[in-house]
Amino acid sequence: MNIVVCIKQVPDTNEVKLDPKTGTLIREGVPSIINPDDKAGLEAALRLKDSIGAKVSVISMGPPQADVALREALAMGADEAILITDRAFGGADTWATSSTLASAVKKLPFDLIITGRQAIDGDTAQVGPQIAEHLHLPNISYAEEIKVEGDSIVVKRQYEDRYHIIKAKMPCLITALAELNEPRYMTPMGIWDAYHEKEVKIWTLEDLDVDRSNIGLKGSPTRVWKSFTKPLKAAGTVVNTDVQDSVEFLMDSLRSKFVL
Amino acid sequence: MTESGDTMNIQDYKGVFVFAQQEDNKLAGVSLELVGKAKELAKDLETEVTAVVLGSEIGDMAKKLGRYGADNVILADDPGLKVYMTEPYAHVLTQIIQEKKPEIVLYGATAIGRDLAPRVSARVHTGLTADCTGLEVDPETKNLRMTRPAFGGNIMATIICPEFRPQMATVRPGVMQRIHPAGESSAKVENYKVELPEESFNVEILDIVKKVSDKMDIQDAKVLVSGGRGMGCPENFQLLEDLAAAFGNGATVSSSRACVDAGWVEKDRQVGQTGKTVRPNLYIACGISGAIQHLAGMEDSDLIIAINKDEYAPIFEVADYGVVGDVTKILPAFTEQVKRAIAEKNES
Amino acid sequence: MDFTLSKEHQMLRTLFRDFAENEVKPLAEELDEEERFPVETVEKMKKYGFLGIPFPKEYGGQGCDTLSYIMCVEELSKVCGTTGVIVSAHTSLGSNPIKQFGTEEQKQKYLVPLAKGEKIGAFGLTEAGAGTDASGQQTKAVLEGDHYVLNGTKIFITNAGYADTYIIFAMTDKSKGNHGISAFIVEKDFPGFSVGKKERKMGIRGSATAELIMENCIVPKENLLGKEGQGFKIAMATLDGGRIGIAAQALGIAEGAFNETVAYVKERKQFGKPLSKFQNTQFVLADLKARIDAAQLLVYRAAIAKDTMDRFSVESATAKLVAAETAMEVTTKCVQLMGGYGYTREYPVERMMRDAKITEIYEGTSEVQRMVISGAVLK
Repeated sequence: MNIVVCIKQVPDTNEVKLDPKTGTLIREGVPSIINPDDKAGLEAALRLKDSIGAKVSVISMGPPQADVALREALAMGADEAILITDRAFGGADTWATSSTLASAVKKLPFDLIITGRQAIDGDTAQVGPQIAEHLHLPNISYAEEIKVEGDSIVVKRQYEDRYHIIKAKMPCLITALAELNEPRYMTPMGIWDAYHEKEVKIWTLEDLDVDRSNIGLKGSPTRVWKSFTKPLKAAGTVVNTDVQDSVEFLMDSLRSKFVL
Repeated sequence: MTESGDTMNIQDYKGVFVFAQQEDNKLAGVSLELVGKAKELAKDLETEVTAVVLGSEIGDMAKKLGRYGADNVILADDPGLKVYMTEPYAHVLTQIIQEKKPEIVLYGATAIGRDLAPRVSARVHTGLTADCTGLEVDPETKNLRMTRPAFGGNIMATIICPEFRPQMATVRPGVMQRIHPAGESSAKVENYKVELPEESFNVEILDIVKKVSDKMDIQDAKVLVSGGRGMGCPENFQLLEDLAAAFGNGATVSSSRACVDAGWVEKDRQVGQTGKTVRPNLYIACGISGAIQHLAGMEDSDLIIAINKDEYAPIFEVADYGVVGDVTKILPAFTEQVKRAIAEKNES
Repeated sequence: MDFTLSKEHQMLRTLFRDFAENEVKPLAEELDEEERFPVETVEKMKKYGFLGIPFPKEYGGQGCDTLSYIMCVEELSKVCGTTGVIVSAHTSLGSNPIKQFGTEEQKQKYLVPLAKGEKIGAFGLTEAGAGTDASGQQTKAVLEGDHYVLNGTKIFITNAGYADTYIIFAMTDKSKGNHGISAFIVEKDFPGFSVGKKERKMGIRGSATAELIMENCIVPKENLLGKEGQGFKIAMATLDGGRIGIAAQALGIAEGAFNETVAYVKERKQFGKPLSKFQNTQFVLADLKARIDAAQLLVYRAAIAKDTMDRFSVESATAKLVAAETAMEVTTKCVQLMGGYGYTREYPVERMMRDAKITEIYEGTSEVQRMVISGAVLK
């Protein structure tokens, strides 16, 4: 069985902080990580590899620095890693990103494609279903559990107040939730081999069969018109006193706002 | 250019469409919120609001949508659409879009909307903006400006889709306001003829399991008593339950992501970027440090109270009133006082 | 010279740090309080290959270098000195002698399961009358046909009771002094082998430290490590490597205490401002940071020397001397900066201070390291 996992390298947004004075993002020193949902997708693929045998290929579209994320995937146990990188891919929205990734996936043998539900820097949850659409494959989003039954995949698909158990014939695409599993750690050997024995293949525009009008900024239907940091709210009143006075303060506050 | 190479004439696209989501033949709350917002946009564009419902035996939903502001309702009624499945829904909705040529299509950013909308956007070759919290019409160009949080809520970005139609967005539930409903619906209703090809049914639903929760949806609560990691242990959530109970009807307990991840509380209680957006009248954050992702889900609450032992916790930056101290000590005393105050109010 | 870590070492650091933060740190206080050996952590470290980092893949190891292993001990010790020394004693003392001096058969039989973490290793040299002076060995080994018979008692043995194989030193020819010592691979189930009294210690209290008792212990002849009379050489070579592990443990403890203290002084207020705003705090932290950095460079140099130089006794001794004394000074000053809270068990720095002390003592006291260094200087 061949599994292709799409991952994205993202800044660890838990570490991103706002400068309290300027209200701008402090990105300096913020570590880059494999997007958590994607990492759960990779773990799911590796578990299938462990249990029923599979070749796991990992692809990522991004700048050359995304090499690290792919090496990490190799160090966790992926068999093959491909970095899709080219200046021509820059500035892509989800439409252009998914068309680029779909054209890369097409070059690989696959029975199953796994993407994360969404990336923590963008939170769009669009690229997975859009890749499936470009490849004319069924997709099952929000996977909480995955198992293989013969030539089909059975997924526990999360909704707000319920879940569906969905069966789809492979090839198909699923999008993984971080809740799917607890990703394994890398191993020292895995890391060593990722740098000494294995390679991260580089695919550029020339390697892909994709229309130039469907990639990068030019191939993106959406544009960022402007971006801004949220205006800071005026500071409230904070007290630091004993329990009795604290409760008194809270009661007065509620009364003054007519909540009580 | 579309995928098939035809030139898209933007002027041909008219009207604001809302994908009015239903489950178990009940309209999702966000559908009414979207119709409300669509009405504003339609006014600016001098056009009409059309709600599109897909499902089976959904006839009676048209009236409700009409009362909440839809000028037109398209009902795609077919047994094959009874339960949401990606492909049948994408197939029918794409047909409707290609036939009716709306300039805007809005979806709820729900587990359904966030699956369906990207699929449709790729198929009709247009842009899609996810999880919007703001929508407005550019007065000059008449383009839709779609504002959304990124980087876990650190940055807001306003997105446009100037050269493709329809302009599509998913919108976070709980953000837009539904209008005060009219007594009668005056919406024109169209029963859309559905033809689903066999190959649309490319997945099989083996089972549907509903999670039972006897608790109020946190998005419907007037008062939310919310706990974070600072509660110390799941047992201490009883203190939050007690305080919520003291406030009475309309109050319930919610939590930060940390407690959901730790398995202390159910996922449906989670407020924040990866949970739910809430805007109760009163939000009491207990032992919640206030990660930006959490703030993104609650900062529009009318009144915010924070109790935290760390005086530098970011939650105090959005709180109207803050108390530095131990939640486990303050909460029982606070609960007593609230109980007493409410009892007094009921007597008088 | 290039003082930046390679990409693979940077990623290894991330791995060890994540593991230490998520799996080791939450247990550290409990292990100390209850003097409990962390069997569950050892199981996890086995799963992720942390128990055979510097050994070749063909012997079940991870195929990395000594620096990788040293960084593992360092990161573990930042949050828990106990866990750090378990890995160090297992790897440097219990496993490395077999890699360095074992026959192919011994490597297949013993090194492979040790490197895979299926078995835990330990090392028995110290006796009541033979500490710094190893030649005072009282344990005797007598060859009787196809086996040796060992009699004697070892003390202060790290991992005792939890280890499966022990490298045991014994006199095969008393008349030859140091050259009469031999080394043996002893399995815990060999007849006549038992674990004695467990020590109650000041620090690294989760690490098992106990006596080993050999009473007519039968050890097959093929379990002689190296040749008869090579024991002292094997012990010294092993300790040269082991000291780098302890130096890494000391370095980690120093860094751990330092990090805790930096976080504390930013929050704790006195006289209306955070402690970090006082110049005394700033200068003390600057001195400590400088010492930690110096120690780290020496520890990493020794780790690289082990892989690239035939002899690295002096590099290893220097690293251990400086790192151990750094650990002691840093932890002591960190407790002082944190004042009363630093002295309480509410914060981990008092544990780190207690853990630091042993690094100046075991695997060669600081005085022994000074002997090694001065011996090289004055030769």
